[in-house]
Amino acid sequence: MALLEVENLQTHFRTADGVNRAVDGVSFEVNEGETLAIVGESGCGKSVTANSILGLIPQPPGAVGGSVRLQGRELLGLPEREMRAIRGGEIGMIFQEPMTSLNPVLSVGYQLVEAIRLHQRLSKGVAEKLAIEMLNLVGIAEATRRMTEHPHQLSGGMRQRVMIAIALSCNPKVLIADEPTTALDVTIQAQILDLMRNLKERVGAAIMLITHDLGIVAEVAQRVMVMYAGRKVEEASVEELFRAPLHPYTQGLLGAVPKLGSSADAQTTRLSEIPGTVPNLKERISGCVFATRCPRATDTCRAYAPALERKTGAGHFAACHYVPRAEKAA
Amino acid sequence: MLGYILRRLGSTVIVLVLVGLFVFSLLYIAPGDPAAIIAGDTATPQDVEHIRQNLGLDQPFVVRFGKWGLGVIQGDLGRSIYANLPVSTMILERLQPTVSLMVVTVLISVLLAVPMGVLSAWQAGTWTDRGVTALAVLGFSVPVFVVGYVLAYAFGLKLAWLPVQGYAPLREGLWPWLQRLILPAFTLGSVYIALIARITRASMLEVLQQDYIRAARAKGVPTIAILFIHALKNAAVPIVTVIGLGVALLIGGAVITESVFAIPGLGRLTVDAILRRDYPVTQGVVLVFSFSYVMVNLLVDVIYTLVDPRIRY
Amino acid sequence: METPEGFAVAPPLGDLLLASKPRHGFIRLVQRQPTMVLGAFVLLLLLLIAVLAPYLGTVDPLALNPIARAQPPSAEHWFGTDLIGRDLWSRVLYGARISLLVGFSVAILASAGGLVLGLVSGFIRALDGIIMRMTDGLMSIPPILLAITLMSLTRASVGNVILAISIAEVARVSRLVRGVVLTLREQAYVDAATAAGTRRPMIMLRHITPNTLAPLMVQATYICASAMIVEAILSFIGAGTPPTIPSWGNIMAEGRALWQIKPFIVFIPAAFLSVTILAVNLVGDGLRDMLDPRMAKTI
Repeated sequence: MALLEVENLQTHFRTADGVNRAVDGVSFEVNEGETLAIVGESGCGKSVTANSILGLIPQPPGAVGGSVRLQGRELLGLPEREMRAIRGGEIGMIFQEPMTSLNPVLSVGYQLVEAIRLHQRLSKGVAEKLAIEMLNLVGIAEATRRMTEHPHQLSGGMRQRVMIAIALSCNPKVLIADEPTTALDVTIQAQILDLMRNLKERVGAAIMLITHDLGIVAEVAQRVMVMYAGRKVEEASVEELFRAPLHPYTQGLLGAVPKLGSSADAQTTRLSEIPGTVPNLKERISGCVFATRCPRATDTCRAYAPALERKTGAGHFAACHYVPRAEKAA
Repeated sequence: MLGYILRRLGSTVIVLVLVGLFVFSLLYIAPGDPAAIIAGDTATPQDVEHIRQNLGLDQPFVVRFGKWGLGVIQGDLGRSIYANLPVSTMILERLQPTVSLMVVTVLISVLLAVPMGVLSAWQAGTWTDRGVTALAVLGFSVPVFVVGYVLAYAFGLKLAWLPVQGYAPLREGLWPWLQRLILPAFTLGSVYIALIARITRASMLEVLQQDYIRAARAKGVPTIAILFIHALKNAAVPIVTVIGLGVALLIGGAVITESVFAIPGLGRLTVDAILRRDYPVTQGVVLVFSFSYVMVNLLVDVIYTLVDPRIRY
Repeated sequence: METPEGFAVAPPLGDLLLASKPRHGFIRLVQRQPTMVLGAFVLLLLLLIAVLAPYLGTVDPLALNPIARAQPPSAEHWFGTDLIGRDLWSRVLYGARISLLVGFSVAILASAGGLVLGLVSGFIRALDGIIMRMTDGLMSIPPILLAITLMSLTRASVGNVILAISIAEVARVSRLVRGVVLTLREQAYVDAATAAGTRRPMIMLRHITPNTLAPLMVQATYICASAMIVEAILSFIGAGTPPTIPSWGNIMAEGRALWQIKPFIVFIPAAFLSVTILAVNLVGDGLRDMLDPRMAKTI
């Protein structure tokens, strides 16, 4: 049994002009101690997936279906009180915008101590000591002074470190990182990634990393899954995916990444791009979601949605009719 | 901060001078001879002349304004034409009932309206929200004196729970004092509560959309803490602003409320003075009201710094 | 399931939410802003009542009949009679005219005056300081007191009431307009127009004014409601509409003395007044939601 299992997750939203099927049938697993990356372009449903796992989708305009299990325990439909114990306690989350994810009118210390005391029975004094330790752990100098400061007095990189401290303070089993470095300068990005890697070894949490940056995936993750238009289209180990992407969308993504020295090769002088735009998720899509932009789409593709199947290559899955499936094990 | 307060006090003086100027010149805006207006329709020429001398209306405007201004600084607001008493004395006599009414009204209103607004924002879109919003619109729409009469009729006459008239000073006991202020306070506060509830709801709605609220939920913070600690503190600035601005409403409404509930306060004094053309009293009272209003707003600005650590002057 | 060629097909997953049919036109408006439509409907009804008052079973609202004093509602007098025997049904219906007239007139007058003041204040920096201080001063006097004071200087008449209340509301409107002007003044397209040689009044007219219209319209509805309340209060304390003209405030003022025994004289016009003001507020709120939901926090 994997640590976190997601099966046929669907998250739909009622909007003024129709139902937005933001996530429509996504399944995956995260095992203990591993880092799974979820990649895809903006709007493909990666963040919605993360929010759905933690029960953060407001249910009047939204609706969540399927199954999400943490160590076998079903999370969807759990009463709010129990869900709250899980949030921050067993599953931690850090968000994309460190500038706005910390409450501006509460001190750093308050927000950190609050997280600690919500999930562990500790006195205020002990919790404060623990908080200072956490700040040191994430590499914030003068931790004691920072405790009484407010977020606007810290830089973006520091705020993200504080968020990481908050998320890890209760030893969660899974850390969901939603675009943790997108809003940061490149040099700070590298520092934060290093930090995450070190902490993971020390704390032993599994990480679900959401990003659109394939470079980060290569540095940090072991396995990666590709999402498009609310569905999963490919999954493999990181080496396997970069070596041999099978789904036309993944191939397009990797082709669009600029590579140093590529223009020296006379054949490739332009970045390849994927023509077309993401389909409107408010309309029912029959057939393959990628068919409108795929260079190899046929009528079969437009009529029948391909199942996600194991393809050739170890642990490599893709949803495309025209990628040969793996031979069944004898 | 101290510098800021001093600067604000400085501009307060300017505003007060302008208000004084305006009120003072009202006499001259009216067509006709000011003294005759004050004397009324049934006055004899001697009465008119007497009034003219009394008020020094034969002297140039600037001189009169200067004299009055000097008097104000020394605490002398002139003499009432009608009652022949010093204006300041009359005002001081009527101060306690009105201030009591205001204080009780503000307390009840804030304690009721803010949670109403928070509840409404939290349950946005549901029937609870619509109910609270409907109550708020009702609060704006029903004139103060109508609310007064309805409350007085229902709770005073029909149910006989509370007295409908009069005022009991604090020294006669806390309950008698409070008892007579409950209905008037709810009456006076009807619009105030509606305003505060509405701005609380709007401000909370905006704050609840913010990233840090979502992050707090992801930490597992319980809803009450999210609403009243994480969200409300951030929503506070516009709410406190409206609480301050609304005091002007209270001053205006006090006039009517004191009338309906027969409370011998500044409000009734003001209305009577205005209608009797008792200009010294009118000038004095309007000045006092404007001054308190401006002070309240200064207090509001100081409170901002307590609520939001990013605000510094 | 399989495609004809034998490829595996993803199993279809159900719908979690049923899509609702989008409606168009008037029905869509009713769906989205039901309270606003209700308010507008009520206002229309009241307008009809006011205009058609002579034909709705009324008698001369000033006709005295001391014998039938303070009668409760009956078949002959649908709302009863007031302290000197005048038919309340007629007085209340005719009273609608005053409230609607005052409300709309003040809204238009105060908006127009505030627009001009705000434009001048926002555009001509030299005058801005003075106008600002004056409006500050005006705004620090509670509007009702201001209206009462102004009314005490002149004779009671509907026109004077309208004027007095308008003056009391102008300050707020001018602040609003000034705020919009200040924001827009810095926009690039104004600079472009100036560079192209457009004279200031034209800029004011063509570029800025259209942008002030939305918040102005919303504010105008609130002024209308406020004016109706102020008129009622003024009449109630005897400083408003002259007693010869029936207005809801007047009727309530006259009913004051006996309200403990004959409450209907106060409550019937009170109900009409409240419903009218409520309707105006609902329309205002609906307009505000439609035009710009962000305004909800500033107004």
